[in-house]
Amino acid sequence: MELAPILQYLISGLTNGAIYALIALGFVIIYHATTIINFAQGEMVMLGALSAISIYHFHPSLPLAFLGGVVLVTLIGILFERLALRPVKDPNHITLIIITVGGAVFIRGIAMLIWGKEAYSLPSFSGDAPFHLGPATLLPQNLWVLGLTGVVLLALEAFFRLTLVGKAMRACAYNPRAARLVGISQGRMVQLSFALSAALGAGAGILIAPLTLGVYDMGTMLGLKGFCAAILGGLGSSFGGVLGGLILGVAESLATGLISSGYRDAVAFFILLLVLFLRPQGLIRGGS
Amino acid sequence: MNPRQFLNPWVLFGAGVLLVAGVVHNDYYLTLINFIGIFTLLVVGLNLLMGYGGQISLGHAAFFALGAYTSGILTATYGLDPWLALLAGLVVCGLTAFLIGVPALKLRGYYLAMATLGFGIIVYIFLNEAQDWTGGPSGLVGIPNLSLGGFELNTPKRLYLLIWPVLGIILGLSANLVNSRTGRALRALHDGEAAAQSLGVNTARVKMMIFVWSALYASLAGSLYAHTLNFIAPSSFTFMFSIKLVTMVVLGGMASIWGSLLGAAVLTVLPELLTVFHDYEVIIFGAILMVVMIFLPRGLVRGILDLWEFRRYKKEGGIIG
Repeated sequence: MELAPILQYLISGLTNGAIYALIALGFVIIYHATTIINFAQGEMVMLGALSAISIYHFHPSLPLAFLGGVVLVTLIGILFERLALRPVKDPNHITLIIITVGGAVFIRGIAMLIWGKEAYSLPSFSGDAPFHLGPATLLPQNLWVLGLTGVVLLALEAFFRLTLVGKAMRACAYNPRAARLVGISQGRMVQLSFALSAALGAGAGILIAPLTLGVYDMGTMLGLKGFCAAILGGLGSSFGGVLGGLILGVAESLATGLISSGYRDAVAFFILLLVLFLRPQGLIRGGS
Repeated sequence: MNPRQFLNPWVLFGAGVLLVAGVVHNDYYLTLINFIGIFTLLVVGLNLLMGYGGQISLGHAAFFALGAYTSGILTATYGLDPWLALLAGLVVCGLTAFLIGVPALKLRGYYLAMATLGFGIIVYIFLNEAQDWTGGPSGLVGIPNLSLGGFELNTPKRLYLLIWPVLGIILGLSANLVNSRTGRALRALHDGEAAAQSLGVNTARVKMMIFVWSALYASLAGSLYAHTLNFIAPSSFTFMFSIKLVTMVVLGGMASIWGSLLGAAVLTVLPELLTVFHDYEVIIFGAILMVVMIFLPRGLVRGILDLWEFRRYKKEGGIIG
């Protein structure tokens, strides 16, 4: 088998994988704080991409679009927690699944009203002149995705390990009652977790927009794949989520290239079912 | 017979079915009513799972599709007798549900939701891609009609006379199941898994049974659907359709057999009546799911009844227990 196409698949796989990793982290953060699986996570990705595109059309500055998109979606994430999840009186898991699924569907419907069904493009962050990496080519946007994802991961890790708020969030996930005893407001931490994961989702959406276009229904599939990545990584660990994302991206890209592009989206769910069958605790045992 | 017995829902249901058979002759209305019957089959199964099993399937459209396509392919492509094909569909669906249930139900919480969701999407992709079998996105044509005792069920009226009595039997079976030993085990399970276990309920087996049961209902509904339309395409079996089924359950009220009929009827008829509803369908489903679960977690009908009773109690100065 030739090396060039494999390398090419690897590059596009890692790029998509980085996006899945960011989305997976959103799932993991909320799961930690609340043990909720937020099925609306994918819609934050879509909202990020589309609102950044709209901001860019209004005022063509990429940094502004990026920042504006992330801030807007973060607010929406906070609002979602506040309006749809906090008022729930009997938070058993089936109620919460239905509410977040309902939220996802609702947000998607609203986005269709605002943006319609057409796809929008966002220019690449720094041009489209490809690099040559041996026999494969690499777009600047690939590097942006990988680089910024790396930076975000490091920043997150630093936030959770070094800052007081980050430590409080971890304490809350580890033992909510003890955390409350030392004066940590759990409600605030839950809100923060929704804000953080909405921001991560939005960032992921804006990063991928130049490569795939932004459409109102892009969130569902991306969200579900981020979710597969999170499960693959054990749902408890950030590192696992990132690894899960990268593995998923590469597996998908190889399957597309080597088997058939029609089944591309099935790969993620096939892996999901396989993991549930063989290793439900994920590749890495989850822990706080 | 005392007058209360006339209000027995089963008597009302039977009378309603007969009344419709006698009064409605318009093919369009009958077809709509047939679809309500088929969707109610699906919703009852999902409702047993959600309301009594405490689990959720986000890919119920896939079991519906398996039933429909097994029936469709075996009859249209291989010329098998439709009734045998229907049985084959049940076997395929039951086995598939079992295979998914084995790992997913051993684990608590979200796992069945995830597994069914993934399964639903894989089936949808497969329907589109495996063109040699399924006809791909443009669908499978030439599915023959069912026949019963020499009558070909080729008009909406004749189909109606099959679908609704079958639905009656299924509803009866479900009510029976709910009130049986298994049903009590299910309710115990819903209220507290650990407590149910400590009382000797084999929770894994009960959950598995209810999940397979609900998949079988979906398969039956799928076969009937295929023979009603004589044509099936992947677009009827999307993730959104699974969500629509969940919305029907939530609207009618979880753990309510008659609520399933109501939920299916409302969400089948409304889009036909109001084009506005059709255009904003997705938003409306989302809003229903969120609002009902946040404010009236016992379902719309039960919730409104609860509120009404609450007010009445307050008016009469009674104590609310």
